[in-house]
Amino acid sequence: MTTMKIESFDTLMGPMRDAVISLLLHLADDEFIIGHRNSEWTGHGPILEADIAVSSMAQDEMGHALAYYQMLHELGERDPDTIAFGRKPREYRCASLVCLPKGDWAFTIMRQFLYDAAESIRLTAFTRSTLTPLAQLATKIHGEEKYHLMHGRSWVIRLGDATPDSHARMQKALHELYPHALGLFEPTEYDEELAQAGISPREDDLRAEWESAVAPVLAAAKLSIPDHLQPIYGGRVGRHPPALKELLDNLQLVYNIDPSAKW
Amino acid sequence: MVNIPQAQHTSPYAQPNDEARLQQVWKMLERVFDPEIPSLNVIELGIIADVRVHTRNVEVDMTPTFVGCPALDRIRDDITQTLESSGEHGVIVNVVRDPAWTSDRITPEGRRKLKEFGLAPPGPRCSGGETPNLEHATCPFCNSIDTQLESIFGPTLCRSIHYCQSCLQSFEQFKPV
Repeated sequence: MTTMKIESFDTLMGPMRDAVISLLLHLADDEFIIGHRNSEWTGHGPILEADIAVSSMAQDEMGHALAYYQMLHELGERDPDTIAFGRKPREYRCASLVCLPKGDWAFTIMRQFLYDAAESIRLTAFTRSTLTPLAQLATKIHGEEKYHLMHGRSWVIRLGDATPDSHARMQKALHELYPHALGLFEPTEYDEELAQAGISPREDDLRAEWESAVAPVLAAAKLSIPDHLQPIYGGRVGRHPPALKELLDNLQLVYNIDPSAKW
Repeated sequence: MVNIPQAQHTSPYAQPNDEARLQQVWKMLERVFDPEIPSLNVIELGIIADVRVHTRNVEVDMTPTFVGCPALDRIRDDITQTLESSGEHGVIVNVVRDPAWTSDRITPEGRRKLKEFGLAPPGPRCSGGETPNLEHATCPFCNSIDTQLESIFGPTLCRSIHYCQSCLQSFEQFKPV
């Protein structure tokens, strides 16, 4: 199969443009919402270093979300602030994993680890994307995200294999989160088209790679991966857990008072 | 070795004195500093990707250190003001993705200044997802490598926190990205 490089957004038309918009929107919304969830720990982390780490990751994710929203704007969508703040819950395309309330520290660490492992695989694939602007941005973001994954991996192993209480909390979090994490790989209607064009791999392929990446870390943490769990889908078509609406009510409160305000 | 990219004359209206103007702009950019690491100017930090002078304006391409760097708008404003103060008009600062900034873009002089500032310069870049070794960073105070990683994240997005067993001080490192 020969695939053409797409050097700039200007040459994207019709269904391929729609496919890229759909892809960028789900990447951006995942980053935006998990970034917000992380920011809920700012000032509340269990120890100072943990607080700084989770707050730094929140700042990184927000920056990445902005970069993706900026790309959407270059593709003719509305400006980044309007896309980020000016939508109704059903217009967001994030996976349920990132919507869930922040939970305890074990839940936060487990979610972040499962998410970062998925993101790392996606970004690695994107560095080979035929869509040059995406490949460039992914290379950049991946350099930053590797620190998130290092952080998550060391915490998962430490907490999974520490006290009975920490082990039990991590195992519980893993059981609850795993089906949602599988939902990160919900194929969209553009799945095949994006793969054919060499822009993004098929979601099923990414999922398989993710499963083999997280398994050894979870094993090292003495945690067992739940069997027979069905992925929780819906996020990529705008069906979200109620937690997203609560989050957005909070996040959009100031913006909605005066959407035209200049900051 | 880091090469500061040579500026290109892309303007079809290039004037004879453009070369002098271009040199002047690069010179002025040495006066713009990163607010989070005030001892490094933007050239030493490696975030200036290109400068182009045109008849009516000047364009500066800037490649951000971190995508979510909160200092970006401030640096952009500082560049504009500094260049305007030297008589340039219509300063355009483009934030570019290509070339992507990596810590290898910090110049040798920049690395020396980081160390002087008390910040360990970044080790060689680990491209993509490769896991960098943050253990045994060289202590900027006593040059010992008998050090340990305390936290991957520090007071700014670009720093990690370490502890030196030799001089018993904590220090920060500019993370390789």
